Amino acid sequence: MNEFVETLLEMTWHEPKSSYDVVIIGGGGHGLATAYYLANHHGITNVAVIEANYIGSGNSGRNTTIIRANYGIPESVRFYQHSLELYAGLEEETGCWIMHATKGLLWMAHTETGMRAERARALINNACGGETHVVGPQEIKQICPQIDLTGNGRYPVLGASYHVGAATARHDRVVWAYAQGAMKKGVTVLQHTKVTGLLRDGDRVVGVETDRGPIAAGIVMSAVGGNVTKIAAHANVRLPVRTHALQAFVTNAYALDFPGIISDSELSCYVSQTPRGQMLIGAEFEPQPSYSMQSSFNSLASCAKKITNCLPFLRDLRVLRQWTGICDVSADFSPIMGFTGVDGFVISTGWGTWGFKGIPAGGQQMAELIATGETPDLIAPFALDRFARDHAMADLGSAGTR
Amino acid sequence: MLWLTCPQCGSRPVEEFGFGGELPTVPDRITDPHERDIDYAWMFDNLEGVTTERWFHQAGCRRWHTVQRNTINDTVVD
Repeated sequence: MNEFVETLLEMTWHEPKSSYDVVIIGGGGHGLATAYYLANHHGITNVAVIEANYIGSGNSGRNTTIIRANYGIPESVRFYQHSLELYAGLEEETGCWIMHATKGLLWMAHTETGMRAERARALINNACGGETHVVGPQEIKQICPQIDLTGNGRYPVLGASYHVGAATARHDRVVWAYAQGAMKKGVTVLQHTKVTGLLRDGDRVVGVETDRGPIAAGIVMSAVGGNVTKIAAHANVRLPVRTHALQAFVTNAYALDFPGIISDSELSCYVSQTPRGQMLIGAEFEPQPSYSMQSSFNSLASCAKKITNCLPFLRDLRVLRQWTGICDVSADFSPIMGFTGVDGFVISTGWGTWGFKGIPAGGQQMAELIATGETPDLIAPFALDRFARDHAMADLGSAGTR
Repeated sequence: MLWLTCPQCGSRPVEEFGFGGELPTVPDRITDPHERDIDYAWMFDNLEGVTTERWFHQAGCRRWHTVQRNTINDTVVD
């Protein structure tokens, strides 16, 4: 984070102490939100958040800022709907402007199979509290006049599910709002501090080893993104997580009249417009795991080729920036939250395609778990032991990408 | 873009291949047979570095082969 931004924010930075009640590894949205809710709702302020780079520099700074709850399984819809509602009240809660805007999301279908999936999605969403309607081509044209319903002759639009509550927010501001709220209550945020190991006492995790010395902790939480497997390995915890590189890009500014968010799982693309007018387009991740943050022309070209079939106006725009983040994709494409089976070590991972939409609920529920020592009902289905219990929460079709 | 060398067809672009996943390995410290089965079925080494994987030449000769790939820079290791 540059100095200009740091002077704007009311943040106080501390030197590390030798011990804390709670140490959170990873100063992204999920880590800072957990610290915020611990300090503001549970009175636990002796907390440190350790970030290897600057706060929000990982996937919290690389996502496509879409907030939605239109998942395919009831547990996920309930969880993300709760998150969506927390986002809507976040400006009031933290007193910070996060540029939250409710826009609505069209999830398009080009085949009969796709339509069937969208009808099922709408039914499940409505049953679990997330308002979603099935809409036909004429309604789509009314909502978003820029769409070519013939899909350039190749991808005809048969219909869509319209998720009314979907929104966007400014990703940096969400991170800063939580960081500021946590730091005001006395939480320590350590930037540019790398965790190199976990301190063990028998089977228990009792702290973290960092490049600025060891820090003891009553409980250690991992809110790490792509590098989570290495952190968990220090505690001998095996994870069903693969690290994939995911890319996104923005174009130059277009007239500020692009309505809502367009998502398309058959084309593996999603499009929204930033408040500056840039078109923000996300792509699919590559099938093979990779820790490389190198963006590729290949991915840019394949995404642009597909999405311009449905949104022909994008052909006239230029690509401004392209970037890559490494995300932690779980084996069943649902997040993993809760206890790990190792005393003193809890985890929040598997956020797959960057996990921005789950930040408030993930942070709030993990804070409750740490404060009470009990798993809250909302995230109980997402525990790591679901794989051993044969209760995997497969929901690939809602991941937005493949 | 990643190119893979198929033993039958030579160097081909990655789009022609299906990713079969890393070769599953279970750590020796897990001794309970049930736990070993769960680890084999679900868990990944997810190595940052050279990893051994299976790839399927889907749009080519349709045969499986083993590839050593470096996940740090997404390149094939000879």
